[in-house]
Amino acid sequence: MTQRSRPRLNIGAVRSTFAPWADPAARPLVRFENVVKRFGGETAVAGVSLDIYEGEFFALLGPSGCGKTTLMRLLAGFEDPDEGRVTLAGEDLAGRPPHRRPVNMMFQSYALFPHLSVEKNIAFGLRQLGLAKDEVAARAAEMLALVRLDGLARRKPHQLSGGQRQRVALARAIAPRPRMLLLDEPLAALDRKLREETQFELMALQQSLGMTFLIVTHDQEEAMVTADRIAVMREGQIVQIGRPAEVYEAPNSRYVADFIGDVNLFEGKVERADGQSVRLASDEAQGGFEAVEDDVIAVGATAWLAVRPEKIQVHLDAPPPGPNRLAGKVADIGYLGDWTTYLVELPNGRTLRAARANAARFVERPVDWDDQIWLTFAPDAGVVLTQ
Amino acid sequence: MRRGLTAFNRVSLLFGFGFLYLPIFLLVVYSFNASQLVTVWGGFSTRWYASLFRNEQLLDAVWVTFRVGLISATVATILGTFAAVALVRAGRFKGRTLFSGLVYAPLVMPEVVLGLSLLLLFVAFGLPRGFWTVVIGHATVTLCYATVVIQARLAAFDRQLEEAARDLGCPPFKAFFLVTLPNIAPAVAAAWMLAFTLSLDDLVIASFTSGPGATTLPMRIYSQVRLGVNPEINAVSTLLIGLVATGVIAAYLMQLRRRQDA
Repeated sequence: MTQRSRPRLNIGAVRSTFAPWADPAARPLVRFENVVKRFGGETAVAGVSLDIYEGEFFALLGPSGCGKTTLMRLLAGFEDPDEGRVTLAGEDLAGRPPHRRPVNMMFQSYALFPHLSVEKNIAFGLRQLGLAKDEVAARAAEMLALVRLDGLARRKPHQLSGGQRQRVALARAIAPRPRMLLLDEPLAALDRKLREETQFELMALQQSLGMTFLIVTHDQEEAMVTADRIAVMREGQIVQIGRPAEVYEAPNSRYVADFIGDVNLFEGKVERADGQSVRLASDEAQGGFEAVEDDVIAVGATAWLAVRPEKIQVHLDAPPPGPNRLAGKVADIGYLGDWTTYLVELPNGRTLRAARANAARFVERPVDWDDQIWLTFAPDAGVVLTQ
Repeated sequence: MRRGLTAFNRVSLLFGFGFLYLPIFLLVVYSFNASQLVTVWGGFSTRWYASLFRNEQLLDAVWVTFRVGLISATVATILGTFAAVALVRAGRFKGRTLFSGLVYAPLVMPEVVLGLSLLLLFVAFGLPRGFWTVVIGHATVTLCYATVVIQARLAAFDRQLEEAARDLGCPPFKAFFLVTLPNIAPAVAAAWMLAFTLSLDDLVIASFTSGPGATTLPMRIYSQVRLGVNPEINAVSTLLIGLVATGVIAAYLMQLRRRQDA
């Protein structure tokens, strides 16, 4: 889990100056310390340490069964850690039942109470706080307005659309004003268009409430769009934590590079590494590979170069010889409207991906199936990976 | 393809329903018989209904039966709910298989055996037989029916609803009452109805466990029939049928409305 620092490069979109994790004086709101959780013989969480800061939108990303939901349930209080501890605002949560934890959860199935109206669902948590009747009503009304469900207060959950249900679940979870909101795959049940809209709504909501959000998802796009930081999980462990752009542009392992987005991996032997760039020898590219890399890697070691499809240029005419240059044949073309993805077969049979934005409506010489083409990329397009 | 009933279907329906309901139909018809003789039709009359309401022994028995039914059904439903929760929720606790087996056993055990064993128990404990021993006996027998009905509903209930309630600040017991119970309410009501109906028409258990001053209606009818069938019995049976039918139809309609809601 090494955090790579790349002072010479600015990576991706830098959202804001909000970066409490970089401030050594900042105290985290939630801290997982070497947490282990087993179910029977299976280890769901295998030693996770993680800090989440006040006001952060944090995403746990990983394939199903990687332990991300268990991690969230440990925080909500539905599970207890077998080892290690979970603290909230410096306080150990061990033995504290869910109803006495100032965190609320939005369930994947929404878990709306079918026998209660929308309004009563939202007021449920407020009533448990022991607030006065008119205060409960006022805050429930405020929540209804916040999620734009004003007219539907008296409806029952089964009379709502999927998107409306999702908003009721959200309103119900934030109504008691928890220190932290936990969202378990909150958008998984929505269709694509609605999901995209809702991602932006969630971000706006989190900003305006100033609440700390923890989202669990297997959808990398969801995590990339919404989160300030992402923790990529694999088999109960966190493999990388970083801003979305860091995780995408500077993955620390082949697993992360492959899990987040598409990637082409080139294996090679290190020929030269001088703290500024690395040269890899490979059978696939005559000129070898060259990449900007400030870590010094032992000469002769095996390393991988990870290059995203959109950072690869497609040429119909042979470019001048040099590093990062490969010849191939177009095996397949995926036209997505905004992008076109080319599957390019190398002479050794391996297939690479190159993507091109369709910036112009008309092209003089379009790339066609079975065309002989060349692929190139810049030295700073790829990331050198050693694990 | 013809989708109506074939002649064969019609005949089998006729025989089936005839077999089931002809005796009951006859009983209802004869309850309006003017004649003193049960099997001879002597014109329409409601005189047996009138005399029924003057027969204090019979009315007493009705009152006892109702109280036994109300109390035993309520006890059985409450205990049955807890048993169902334990069976569905507690997962694989030690002795779960044994426990569920024990809950279901009375369903298949001969009533005579149950009645006798209850009697032996009450004698051993020195409990005077009477109203309360009948209640205990009925609660015991109907408990397993109630458990089965509630368990089926509870197994289909989304556990995350309870978790959501706890997450929103409800202690577990309160979460059960605020969220789980309202959602399994139709099954609980159905279980109560079933227990009540079973208690209402039970003769065997009541005969074994009853004592002086606690004669239930089925016991009263049975002892009167032994002395000769009286048209009053027809009348009281007709009322009983009407009551049970109303209960069953009400329970069905309740379930139906729920389903349309959901």
